[in-house]
Amino acid sequence: MAYTEDDLKKELETKEYEYGFYTDIESDTFPIGLNEDIVRAISAKKNEPQWMTDWRLEAFRIWQEMEEPEWANVNYKKPDFQNISYYSAPNKKPKYNSIDEVDPELLATFEKLGISLEEQKKLAGVAVDIVMDSVSVATTFKDTLAEKGIIFCSISEAIQEHPELVKKYLGTVVPQKDNFYAALNSAVFSDGSFCYIPKGVRCPMELSTYFRINQAGTGQFERTLVIAEEGSYVSYLEGCTAPMRDENQLHAAVVELIALDNAEIKYSTVQNWYPGNAKGQGGVFNFVTKRGLCETNAKISWTQVETGSAVTWKYPSCVLKGDNAVGEFYSIAVTNNFQQADTGTKMVHLGKNTKSTIISKGISAGRSQNSYRGLVQISSRAENARNFSQCDSLLMGNECGAHTFPYIEAKNKSARIEHEATTSKIGEDQIFYCNQRGIDTEKAIALIVNGFSKEVLNKLPMEFAVEAQKLLEISLEGSVG
Amino acid sequence: MDMKDKLVSSFLAFEESVNVDAPIHNIRSQAIKIFEEKGFPSKKEEAWKYTSLKSILKHDYSVFPKEENALDFKEVKKYFLHDIDTYKIVFVDGRYSSYLSATTHDKMDVCLMSSALNYDKYRPVIDNYFNKIAKPDGITSLNTAFSREGAYIYIPKNKLADKPIQIIHFSTGKESAQMLQPRNLIVVEENSQVQIIERHQSLTKNPVLTNSVTEIFADKRAIVDYYKIQNDRQSASLIDNTFIEQQAQSTVSVHTFAFGGNLTRNNLNFYQKGEYVNSILNGVTIIEGKQHVDHNTLVHHIEPNCESHQDYKGIFDEKATGVFNGKVVVNKEAQKTNAFQSNNNILLDDSATINSKPQLEIFADDVKCSHGCTIGQLDESALFYLRSRGIGQKEARALLMYAFANNVLESVRIPELKARITKLIANKLGVNLGFDL
Repeated sequence: MAYTEDDLKKELETKEYEYGFYTDIESDTFPIGLNEDIVRAISAKKNEPQWMTDWRLEAFRIWQEMEEPEWANVNYKKPDFQNISYYSAPNKKPKYNSIDEVDPELLATFEKLGISLEEQKKLAGVAVDIVMDSVSVATTFKDTLAEKGIIFCSISEAIQEHPELVKKYLGTVVPQKDNFYAALNSAVFSDGSFCYIPKGVRCPMELSTYFRINQAGTGQFERTLVIAEEGSYVSYLEGCTAPMRDENQLHAAVVELIALDNAEIKYSTVQNWYPGNAKGQGGVFNFVTKRGLCETNAKISWTQVETGSAVTWKYPSCVLKGDNAVGEFYSIAVTNNFQQADTGTKMVHLGKNTKSTIISKGISAGRSQNSYRGLVQISSRAENARNFSQCDSLLMGNECGAHTFPYIEAKNKSARIEHEATTSKIGEDQIFYCNQRGIDTEKAIALIVNGFSKEVLNKLPMEFAVEAQKLLEISLEGSVG
Repeated sequence: MDMKDKLVSSFLAFEESVNVDAPIHNIRSQAIKIFEEKGFPSKKEEAWKYTSLKSILKHDYSVFPKEENALDFKEVKKYFLHDIDTYKIVFVDGRYSSYLSATTHDKMDVCLMSSALNYDKYRPVIDNYFNKIAKPDGITSLNTAFSREGAYIYIPKNKLADKPIQIIHFSTGKESAQMLQPRNLIVVEENSQVQIIERHQSLTKNPVLTNSVTEIFADKRAIVDYYKIQNDRQSASLIDNTFIEQQAQSTVSVHTFAFGGNLTRNNLNFYQKGEYVNSILNGVTIIEGKQHVDHNTLVHHIEPNCESHQDYKGIFDEKATGVFNGKVVVNKEAQKTNAFQSNNNILLDDSATINSKPQLEIFADDVKCSHGCTIGQLDESALFYLRSRGIGQKEARALLMYAFANNVLESVRIPELKARITKLIANKLGVNLGFDL
């Protein structure tokens, strides 16, 4: 029997999350709830200097005054912020020099994900800073990077060892009061990655971190800070999967990128948090603030493949502050079952001759809702600013929705802005055309979806492409060839 | 006392002054309650993010129109489309001016809202249609509460309105500041056809705020062409709320020409209630100075096999601000929908601003929906081409701008009106060109 779109739909609906499992590692977990004492305790636990504690407390005070935003096109039961434990760290925390010393249980976890360290080490020289329940437990290739003067470590380590850098840049792109979740993150962030590329250095390998949520009822608050000094280049990868859980888990990360003059940062994400089951129960709430600052001639490029999470609220943005700065955003967002995604970008043009490109592809199946929300803002000083945006949506089945909310604000007469959006389904004639040439329907759908997302998939670094394909399969098995 | 309190407290006096029976009275009382609760919209509301009413609400507008102010036809002739024969419904300071009007009851009704609300013979139509699709938001409810006068047009089955209908609102400026709230109802039955031109004009520099609501019902296979000419003085502000319900196979097109006024907000809402419906929304905006024009459109595709086409062009000079907020909603049932939306803008000055927010909300899978939005400048090489052929800078720019707006103009189906608008554009661009060469 021929494979039809209905079959695909059925398959998508019944496809359960494959990577749900739970690793039993003794964790050091704080009591639930949030107050100033908890914030102080987190800071004390990590042995942070006074200025850091003060910074967290300031953020906490700001957060208390703020309200949870409601403007996004998503519906969910708001998390109870007093019913979350704000700190959880695997408590065996020795410093490893070689991979053999790592807890075998941990290694097995990563093997299940198909991203074992051994494989990773061999594969194209990817240095992995593993973040498991917020605390970094293994760092490889540190020595190679140290030779070049590149600092790549956990942010808590950076606070201890490079306080001047952290102090100078933390919160400069995403200030504590930026939004509700950024303020929360600033107050309670447990760990994250820190990366510093010195002047003129081209980072010889792709840097990557894997994020996981492992402890039931534990919110994750990652903080990432990437600084590229003048004329440097770095490509940073971030990917994540989470174990199957029934209650909702909160994830509110903050990522700050700083690209100084002539620097380039490429930031790629594959996001595959647990999306909840076919009935829409469980799943991760993903409320992320990601923003990059570009100085003169700098370039920041965001690439993301979003397949997981029950609710996603994420807008990787670029502030094009310097003249000739370039911002790019490439995204594929796949939603299935009851997933909801409200994602997009902000391109703020402040400098002259700044350019930005936005390519966003949304694929909705099941009963999911997929929204693109983007802002292109040209300030009155931004002479000759240029923007091109393209948002395409593909709908599979008639119970899902695709929405586009672009905001375009131009205050300079020399601005050139183009925005295009289309919504369609896989055309019967397209499938017929393929069938006619001996390609069966399943393959045809795969071909079309693949072609639809190709512009974005192509932007992923080679090392990541395999992983991305694997993660996409979970959401759209049978349609990605 | 702010404007909201003033309006709420004037309501009782207003109710007493108009002689109406229970059903309309109930609608009004309910509406004033909604207005009291919601008030004027603020910038905090998503739909009003880019438009603030603060500056225009600071005037102390008089709410009740004074007794009839007469106008000499010669004074205002230029505001009429006078080279062709038309029906005319003319209001002066919110009061009907029988002297300037030409109405009819011959097989169709082209007359007044006040008569329609007061006489029994219009009762069935009023009961069926009045305030049935107007959104119960603050600003529309305010109009409903004070609805007394406006145009009432009823075209029965299988009737082709023999000439276009002009609806013109004059304000004489005899009051220092005046608020007008016209309420129009247009019902076009099966297989009928009508063309309507609407215009608001103030005659002095005194501030005027018009909050107008128009409800249009197009029955099966009806064709309605509606032209809005907004070329008022810079002291006049307009909030124009239009609600359109379309039945199967009907075609309604609304053209909005926004050239004048201080602050203009157009809320244009289409609801497609039948299959094979076509909705056309066209707009040309050419403004300068501190003018502000906001086009807020909604096309709600409810039934399958329908189409909508939106095309808005804008040219913004000096400190002008343009807003386009276009929303297309496609319901789950509305399969095979074709919805197109395009918004093109030209910025002529660094102080001018454009905020564009084209939105798609789609719940059906078998649809073709697209939107496009561009912001750019006049093409330097095209300009050079024209200048190298001896056309002056100003004229060359005007020609390019005219060409930019032309495809919207092309869809105007009354030749005399098209000529008139062409002339308005030439005036607006400060050139003396016959574009019809």
